[in-house]
Amino acid sequence: MDETVATEALDRWIRSFALLVAENKDLLTDLDAAIGDGDHGTNMDRGMRAVVAALDDTQPGVPSALFNKVGITLVSTVGGASGPLFGTFFLRAGASLGETTEISLAQLAAALRAGLEGIVTRGKAEAGDKTMYDALAPAVDALDSAISEGRDKADALKLAVDAAESGRDATTPMLARKGRASYLGERSVGHQDPGATTVALLMAAATRASL
Amino acid sequence: MKKLINDPQDVVAEALQGIEAAHPDLRVDHQHKIIYRGDAPRPQKVGIISGGGSGHEPLHGGFVGLGMLDAACAGEVFTSPVPDQMLAATKLVDGGAGVLHVVKNYTGDVLNFDMAAEMAAATGAEVLSVITDDDVAVQDSTWTAGRRGVGVTVLLEKIAGAAAEQGRTLEQVADVARQVNANGRSMGLALSSCTIPAAGKPTFDLGDNEMELGVGIHGEPGRQRVPLATAREIAEMLVEPVLADLPFTHSDNVIAFVNGLGGTPLIELYVMYNEVNRILNHHGIQVARSLVGSYITSLEMAGTSVTLLKVDDELLSLWDAPVKTPALRWGA
Repeated sequence: MDETVATEALDRWIRSFALLVAENKDLLTDLDAAIGDGDHGTNMDRGMRAVVAALDDTQPGVPSALFNKVGITLVSTVGGASGPLFGTFFLRAGASLGETTEISLAQLAAALRAGLEGIVTRGKAEAGDKTMYDALAPAVDALDSAISEGRDKADALKLAVDAAESGRDATTPMLARKGRASYLGERSVGHQDPGATTVALLMAAATRASL
Repeated sequence: MKKLINDPQDVVAEALQGIEAAHPDLRVDHQHKIIYRGDAPRPQKVGIISGGGSGHEPLHGGFVGLGMLDAACAGEVFTSPVPDQMLAATKLVDGGAGVLHVVKNYTGDVLNFDMAAEMAAATGAEVLSVITDDDVAVQDSTWTAGRRGVGVTVLLEKIAGAAAEQGRTLEQVADVARQVNANGRSMGLALSSCTIPAAGKPTFDLGDNEMELGVGIHGEPGRQRVPLATAREIAEMLVEPVLADLPFTHSDNVIAFVNGLGGTPLIELYVMYNEVNRILNHHGIQVARSLVGSYITSLEMAGTSVTLLKVDDELLSLWDAPVKTPALRWGA
């Protein structure tokens, strides 16, 4: 079994994520309207369309360049809090990788960990704040554990998706402490976080694209 | 959705074309969605830029001109602009004396302006940022994203703009701006929701006999939902928390700003102003200047916000200094 991840596979992952965002645009916007300002789906869809256009334009040769391109494009096109946060995630992930054309699953996990740390630095989110962190951190943790248990790539990614989806679902009873949802106080309880929902789509796209 | 638009996707771009056509003193960078002064950059004058989501007009683009902002970045409706825009605006207005970024305290605005300031610093530009966070409706600042920047932003852009026009240094202009934010407080109330063009339906539902007390400028909920009340009662609900917060006390001089949120007629704002003025008189607070009108809005939301700014002679003289922008103009 091939346990490496090629640039082409990562390209498929990003395009698959763009499709999932487009398919779920209204859901993301509705979730955001309930506890934010109702633009998350529109903004992420605009950003991911721009990412796909940028990848169509020039195909990056290495994973680091691909992540860098995704990050720069998201920062430049999404706006709101999601632009800097998702953008920083990919920029930091890219910066953590060397110039190799293929990376190991462990290198991918380390890149996602670097991206997660970038989000924490920029957004100051902590576990339980009802943000994208609450889906992303469990997913990255699950990937790390799966790798250390010697699971194969498909199994490891599946565990990461499950963890992201559980993390997403766990945001529903949380009280928001960051972003616009935090102004709702108790009224934010009972709503699923849109950012965490998008993270779950990002992880689901990884298995769809058979990384 | 009933709106005077062509296509929801084109609202911001077409509004910028309209602003450019209507105001020959201004220029528009359509690629970066920046409104800027035709005479920018002014040599050795501190440049002041702001920006934020669209839908709050005339904030910020309507405040570009002599004595106020040098440039304003327009984001999508209710969505912060992106760092590329702020970086481009910073370069457009940097006349060698540095650039002040005026940032309303919303997570998206703060994160994007942070990235822009880092990028500008990397190119050698001198940038300082001042954040407005005057909304007293947000009571819990520790466990939220903090108080929101609302009405004080308008007063700050006017006063800091005058300071920059006088040739003060970047540090001095930033100090004046911080003084305004520190001495200003606001609170708002919504009578109706608003509809983001791209969303096509109202952001929240508000019953015929309900009001949202302490609403933000994007339809974020406030302190509580309360039954519909009279202008007199509403003025009490807004002014008393503002007064108690700073606190404003007997014989303080203030600028009293009664703002419309976009869908409330001026006649109602004057009814509100009358009530606000009565409460201030009752407390022995001196209204040195007033501003009544829709200056920081939330699309077509009906409602109002009240901002009080405690002023000394210096802030007052900066307030009175000439200004010539699409939305505010006097003395010029």
